[in-house]
Amino acid sequence: MLHTFVAYVEDLPGVLTRVASLFRRLNINISSLTVGRSERPGLSRLTLVCDASAEAGHRIRASLYKLENVVDVDDIAQAPNVTRELALIKVAASTKTRSQIFELVEVFRARIVDLTAESLMIEMTGVESKIEGLIEILRASDCRILELCRSGKMTMRRGHHTSSVLKAMGAKGDEKPLEEEETAAVEAEF
Amino acid sequence: MGSKKHSQSSNVQLTAPTRLTGAEIIWATLAGEGVTDVFGYPGGAILPAYDALRKFPIRHTLVRHEQGASHMADGYARASGKLGVAIATSGPGATNLITGIATAMLDSIPMLCITGNVSSKVLGTDAFQEVDITGITLPVTKHNFLVNRAEDIASTIRHAVQIATSGRPGPVLVDITKDAQQATALFDFEAAKPKPYRPHPMLRVEAGGLEQAADLICSAKRPVILAGHGVIESGAMEQVRTLAERAQIPVALTLLGLGSFPASHPLNLGMMGMHGEAWVNHAIQEADLLIACGMRFDDRVTGKTSSYALNAKKIHIEVDPAEINKNIKVDVALVGDLRAVLEELLPRIAGRDGGTWLQTIDQSKGASSVRDIKNLPDSGHLYAAHVMHDLWRITGGNAIVVTDVGQHQMWEAQYFHHEKPRTLITSGGLGTMGFALPAAIGAKTACPDQEVWVVAGDGGFQMTSAELATIVQEKIKINIAIINNGYLGMVRQWQEFFYERNYEATPLVSPDFVKLADAHGIPARSVHTRGEVAEAVQEARSAKGPFLLNFMVEKEDSVYPMIPAGNALHEMIRRPGQNPLVESVND
Ligand SMILES: Cc1ncc(C[n+]2csc(CCOP(=O)(O)OP(=O)(O)O)c2C)c(N)n1
Ligand SMILES: [Mg+2]
Repeated sequence: MLHTFVAYVEDLPGVLTRVASLFRRLNINISSLTVGRSERPGLSRLTLVCDASAEAGHRIRASLYKLENVVDVDDIAQAPNVTRELALIKVAASTKTRSQIFELVEVFRARIVDLTAESLMIEMTGVESKIEGLIEILRASDCRILELCRSGKMTMRRGHHTSSVLKAMGAKGDEKPLEEEETAAVEAEF
Repeated sequence: MGSKKHSQSSNVQLTAPTRLTGAEIIWATLAGEGVTDVFGYPGGAILPAYDALRKFPIRHTLVRHEQGASHMADGYARASGKLGVAIATSGPGATNLITGIATAMLDSIPMLCITGNVSSKVLGTDAFQEVDITGITLPVTKHNFLVNRAEDIASTIRHAVQIATSGRPGPVLVDITKDAQQATALFDFEAAKPKPYRPHPMLRVEAGGLEQAADLICSAKRPVILAGHGVIESGAMEQVRTLAERAQIPVALTLLGLGSFPASHPLNLGMMGMHGEAWVNHAIQEADLLIACGMRFDDRVTGKTSSYALNAKKIHIEVDPAEINKNIKVDVALVGDLRAVLEELLPRIAGRDGGTWLQTIDQSKGASSVRDIKNLPDSGHLYAAHVMHDLWRITGGNAIVVTDVGQHQMWEAQYFHHEKPRTLITSGGLGTMGFALPAAIGAKTACPDQEVWVVAGDGGFQMTSAELATIVQEKIKINIAIINNGYLGMVRQWQEFFYERNYEATPLVSPDFVKLADAHGIPARSVHTRGEVAEAVQEARSAKGPFLLNFMVEKEDSVYPMIPAGNALHEMIRRPGQNPLVESVND
């Protein structure tokens, strides 16, 4: 099954190697990993997705905590969350074929962020399936994808939650559930 | 373990902040942490540190190979419970430490390795004798650091000591560039104090868990306590004993747990696992409750996990949350320091009648029990088991025995009975040949008043025998017993049992160990018959300096019983009926 871990790690050289090395040692493939600064000074936040047995979750979390530079680990498991991925897609497009792509981009609520005589660049944010939907449709409509760059998943629990992350911060979560996004609707179109 | 302190600030000479070189800061910090002994080998990248050593009250033992340094630091830690420290230069010096680091990692030994590295300006350029030792040792250390500024040395070493000695202990490596050793910085021991130790956030002992454990213990008909290395690391010998005595529960021990519960105690079953006695493993297989204390259900003690103790509920008391349900699924997990957990659990345990279960075990013991082999007639052959048994009898068990890895290690575990913790020092997790001699040097350095014996095979002894010169130079009184069977015996045994006696690469030509000792100025003698054993052992003991005994034992003897790897715990190869060592039904 897919496991999603959110971890706060010290922003120091070599920390990512330690995290990656743990998964290598357990012979677990990391299918997606995003890292960036967090709201906590000196700490990076990473979202790591991997495929492992259902029982592996506990051991992975416990082992992550054994790494000296790991401060907090949240096993998102099946908890309500918002997960997003960012994709940049460069597509070959002439003046003739452009408009067709514009339409697709519109339907997927993506954006054109760069345009040249031979190509254009699409920026799209969404759940994995939505991004894959756009890629598939581009391929099916004979668009040549020149470059594809995907960020990997970023995950955040919804609403007020009790994860160790918030507890450790002593912060108050947002009581109100966030507005449902339109992802389902778009997916339904295909 | 978390509360264990290694800082004995009596040695801090520098109380006011003082400007020192990085090299001096290394020693000043170690001294401040209470370190009195280190084991090492110099080289270019660590030379500034060696240059500053004489100013500090720290004894340095010059090893003959850096593997020896890490094993000595390890043996020092195992014998004393204190931090062991190894020093090496960059490149090959650092890589030579690795086997010893991995050995300490697998057995959770508090150890600090300090390596020099090339100057920070050339880091990453493949400079002369540069290796990425923090990268290389990442999976075999609890944590490691690269320091390239003199001002970071004190705080890093103090942090490293905290990591190595807290929670589940382990080795930590600090790699210090040469320019950091040469630069100066203000040394302020107090200010370099690490942040308070943060226990693993998943440690959890809920009242509900304690109640559940207590209920299971009170209602169990056939309980067994499994005592591991954690009992010793956590200092929970008394608590385990109280639990066993109050609830009349028999205790089985892992190899590294030997000594955590007195061998002579009526509730002591002995060692479990691959070479455990039949009644121990049968008791585990028939148990309805296992109380695992500071042990990790290693494959050498469980055999095939899918058939392990199927009728038993399992309580696991363990300091490392990552061990819970790793190999064996448990019913109640009490995750925390063993001693602390047992202290909370014990008030909930009332007296209990061990009754029929203990009788049942005793009966199965009677059927296959090892006879006190000292009474067996001398057949003219010399068996390693005899040597171990006689060594135990003659020393009264009052010695630290440091073993190597192989058959002799198992015979030691079976026939030398350990009453007290830290009297058996052996590489259990990694099974590192070459461990015994250097680890014994470390043990003797830590415990100079104790009698220390090396028990090594003819194979493993040759892996680190260069350290014979170290014991001479350092005037270390240890006694060495080589169990010389002319084979890589344990591998030969596997070939005998599982590879149709195809003795490929196991017959072993060795030097004349007596002459080898002699070349070092160490007195030695060979022993060929059982009749000579006692006198030889006494001669070694009464010698002022080190002494080597070369026991020429039966060549093709095997360790019994044996559970072939991957078999269930009760599917063991028993001692052949004609085995002269043990009582059989026909005796
Ligand atoms: C460094 C290392 N290499 C290989 C092994 C595999 N091994 C385990 S026991 C053994 C044989 C040991 O022979 P010896 O030291 O003569 O001891 P004996 O078994 O004969 O008592 C070997 C090769 C090991 N444990 N460690
Ligand atoms: Mg041998």
